[in-house]
Amino acid sequence: MTNGYHIVVCGSIVPDPLQTLEPVETPTGPALKNEMMLPAVLDPWAAHALYEAANLASKVAGSKVWLVSVGPKAKLQQVMMTIAQRVSFELVPVDASASGFADAHATAALLAETIQGISGIDRSRLLVFGGWESASRGAGATMQLVGERLEILDQFQGVDQLTVQADDSFEILERIEGGRHQVSICPGPPALFGWATGNLPEPRNNPQVGMANMRTVMPALQRAKSVPLAAGGLHFLSASPPKQQRQTRVVKDQSSDQIAQELAEWIGK
Amino acid sequence: MPKACGIKCPFRGWWRKFRTLAQPVLIQSKRTIPEIKTLMSQSILFLAHASEAGNTLPKVSYEVLGAALELTKQLGARLTIGLIGADVSAATETVAAAGAERILAVAGPDFATARYLSDAAAAEAICRSAGADLILAPATSRFMRVLAGVAHRLNGCVDTHVTSLEAANGELRATRWHYRQRIEAVIRRDARPWMVLLESGCHAAWAKTTTDTESTGTPSVPKVEQIPVTLPKVATRTVVTGIRAPKSDVQTIRPDANLLLVAGAGWTKKQADGKTHVDQAEPLILDFLRVSGASLGGSKSLVDQTGESQTVLGFMTHLNQVGQTGSTPRHPKGLSTCCHGEEPHVVGWRFINERRAVNLDPNCGWARGKADVLYVADAFEVLAKLNALLVQKSRTSPEPAV
Repeated sequence: MTNGYHIVVCGSIVPDPLQTLEPVETPTGPALKNEMMLPAVLDPWAAHALYEAANLASKVAGSKVWLVSVGPKAKLQQVMMTIAQRVSFELVPVDASASGFADAHATAALLAETIQGISGIDRSRLLVFGGWESASRGAGATMQLVGERLEILDQFQGVDQLTVQADDSFEILERIEGGRHQVSICPGPPALFGWATGNLPEPRNNPQVGMANMRTVMPALQRAKSVPLAAGGLHFLSASPPKQQRQTRVVKDQSSDQIAQELAEWIGK
Repeated sequence: MPKACGIKCPFRGWWRKFRTLAQPVLIQSKRTIPEIKTLMSQSILFLAHASEAGNTLPKVSYEVLGAALELTKQLGARLTIGLIGADVSAATETVAAAGAERILAVAGPDFATARYLSDAAAAEAICRSAGADLILAPATSRFMRVLAGVAHRLNGCVDTHVTSLEAANGELRATRWHYRQRIEAVIRRDARPWMVLLESGCHAAWAKTTTDTESTGTPSVPKVEQIPVTLPKVATRTVVTGIRAPKSDVQTIRPDANLLLVAGAGWTKKQADGKTHVDQAEPLILDFLRVSGASLGGSKSLVDQTGESQTVLGFMTHLNQVGQTGSTPRHPKGLSTCCHGEEPHVVGWRFINERRAVNLDPNCGWARGKADVLYVADAFEVLAKLNALLVQKSRTSPEPAV
């Protein structure tokens, strides 16, 4: 690839997985109790997509990474303080709801419109990355909808590996049933990749990268336009946490032999 | 679609041409909008693809067919079956007696493998021909990849990971989870067609029974309507070259297993003697999987260690990860070992019916109502003895333990 790739990563923020989530009713539908107070992280699958994008960009000269992120501006700023230290990217923020109850169609429309508005993107070099699902809505549909709106029709979901071949084509490994991967060859951009976890470890914090990123992140956040997300004909009739609580039998005084015997009988039932 | 400045697409314009080529049915059958709405309000489409073997449908498809038939009965609707694959004749026979009014098929070598463009064209052609307002499909990896895009092309809407569908007060309601199985919501949609991908294990599978035939007489089997879809060359630029599977002796993910064994990070931590014993943990776990036929899951902390080049269980990958940021498998039983049972882990157990755990900490998360039984014990010792018992049992019994 002589000129490098233009990699746009779509990734939003989600509540920290360790937080207890409680739904509440609002005039616009369900929301999380104290949502703005909950600590947030970059969505895990989107984060993998970002790390993979940065890794690919580092290998192909002339490549550039954009992170298009839809979320409340204040929360985005908080999360960027961490993420911006890991890999280089240009943030394209959109000040809108990152709720898991938002409609995937509306979010996809907003993402596609934002990507189209990024100046300087060459579609013939365009790779759109994102998580194959999110830890909020978990729709598993948003990226496909973005791809359709951008008329990107080579799409891959559950991607664990993307390898650039000697002829600049891509070899892609997508997760399928039974812990297996489907292997595909795509001649090149434009293409869309919904990432699963990939194979890369989380990059270490690099303060120099953070300082370089923050020069563009903060002005971008200040410029971020506020956009209401349409409900798009989606109605929530109820939203509740699971209530099932089991009566746990705690077995403290049995030997390993007794426990193994009990487990063997249970497994064999 | 608004044009973006500076974006030059090498394929600009070909897509509209492709859609015209790929949808002869759409062009041939122009209907007025009220006509389409009337037809759509009475029709459900069950959409499926042939299995990898090609002679049947994936198991979850029959569960979705069961749900589709139930809804068809409740709503007094008409059912259409749509099938995609290289050759769907054998698969068609397995569902021919379901009582569908029409059976539509897109078949040919171009549709043998799971590729976005060809699958989208096939599914779109079937959906347009069926004119249904509700499209039910199984949440297989093949359909999860493509059906959201098809919903967009149909100006419809899509919901995935749906666990149940019901008709109440004349409206359709779907149940699905948000925030990774932590909040359950019931939704309805205004837009049509509404494409719904149902999860596995949420409905009884449809199977042809003799009582069906006795009560209703021999059902008339509709003739399969083949829908021609011609793909332009550009639509086949991506080539599926094969499936990469782990060797059978290290196969640790078995979706149809009765038991899920979850290994937590404790297997790689220092034990009572102050040392780690990963070399003992590996054969213990692999032996257990072999003798019990269980599937293996891992907590995020354990699979992350693999990526961070620490001393880890060699067979554990991100594919094994269960929990909030991993998968949520559906097995009748689950056994957790060396895992604390905190909320992010237990999210992966939402659909495990019977749960037991082995942990040294009596105050771990499992004890707080998340497991049926918590054994406070050393998992190394318990698993070694359990393996011996299961081997002994398999020698005396002709059937496997699970």
